[in-house]
Amino acid sequence: MITLKNIKKSFNGRIILNNLNLEIKDGEILAIVGPSGAGKTTLLRALVGLDTIDSGEILVDNQAFDPSNNANDKNMIGVVFQDYNLFPNLSVRENIGLAPRLVLKQDKQVVAQQTNELLTKLRLADKAKLYPFELSGGMKQRVAIARALAMQPKVLAYDEPTSALDPSMRNEVANLLLALKKDGVTQIIVTHDVELANKVADNIFTVTPLS
Amino acid sequence: MEYFEVLLPSLLAGVWVTLKIFCLTIIGAIPIGIIVGLGLKSEFAPVRWLLNGYVWLMRGTPLLLQLIFVFYGLPIIHITFERYDAALFAFILNYAAYFAEIFRGGFQAIPTGQLEAAKVLHLNSWQTQTRIVLPQVFKNVLPPMGNEIINLIKDSSLVYVIGIGDLLRAGNIAAARDVTLIPYILVGIIYLLLTAITTLILRRLETYFSYYK
Repeated sequence: MITLKNIKKSFNGRIILNNLNLEIKDGEILAIVGPSGAGKTTLLRALVGLDTIDSGEILVDNQAFDPSNNANDKNMIGVVFQDYNLFPNLSVRENIGLAPRLVLKQDKQVVAQQTNELLTKLRLADKAKLYPFELSGGMKQRVAIARALAMQPKVLAYDEPTSALDPSMRNEVANLLLALKKDGVTQIIVTHDVELANKVADNIFTVTPLS
Repeated sequence: MEYFEVLLPSLLAGVWVTLKIFCLTIIGAIPIGIIVGLGLKSEFAPVRWLLNGYVWLMRGTPLLLQLIFVFYGLPIIHITFERYDAALFAFILNYAAYFAEIFRGGFQAIPTGQLEAAKVLHLNSWQTQTRIVLPQVFKNVLPPMGNEIINLIKDSSLVYVIGIGDLLRAGNIAAARDVTLIPYILVGIIYLLLTAITTLILRRLETYFSYYK
């Protein structure tokens, strides 16, 4: 379980998050919704260690957790970015297998096998040798999910997973999130897409802009 | 034809010197250019100021002056270089400054999102630079680097001024000795060939890196 206690974050003197409290239970899908500028992405970035918080506590299973500390459990949180942020110089297979090989120090054959499984699971098996510029938005997103899953994260966080996709792809993303839930992956979705939130989330947390 | 046979050995010896200066400058200036390019983005202001000063000095004064300064000027304060070392020292320092500016632009062109993706995947700084950043930087900088590399072939003729027997000097000596334009024409043709071969290699490299966008 992840607990956020009294989280405070401001940018240039403007308070974005003020005494925010939130609980994310193991295996659930939590949707964080709210209007633009309310601080949804700020919250996500703080949670994954891309931004620091001004004050407050992040606890994982009631133990203090500093997401920006690189000595952390490398499998804690995976992130799927809004713009996917795939590495353009690496093929689909290389994007997925790079971190398990270099960071988790997994054996080459283990990485290859795991990558094959993820490629099949995310219907990318025939795209393994392609480069990101050769993929559609939906494919890029699936590669980004596969890349995050390859690190076997306990929690998977998405920033606006449907913002760049057409309606048919949105359903596909929703089904994918539900399938990953069945595998026991805790998921946090930051989204404008209330329809998606209603469809997949166990809990919805609304961030309201501070005046 | 007989004249060509007489001329060729001295010109080829000159080509060899030109190529050595060219290759050693590339080998020395590229790594320094990468390090200075990274340093130009340093968050530590004194490092940035120092490196900006170095780049400004090297790009703001003629390479010819720098060559003369190193070979004829520095001995006044008891710092002496052999001709060849003086040429390499000046060329590497000068070209590293140009390369540094090119690499700085190349590093800046990498979207922050990719660095964030590397961070959340827990890649360390070395892994991020060698696997993600530098391969893309090399692709980005190839066209402007190509221009500088072509310039370097031609600039190498400046070593003539400190008495190094490069291609131009070999041609000049032959022209003065035999009172004919032919050595100059041959020297020109050889420079054209060298730049043509270099251009071809650079195009091949650009094609090699075009497997991704």
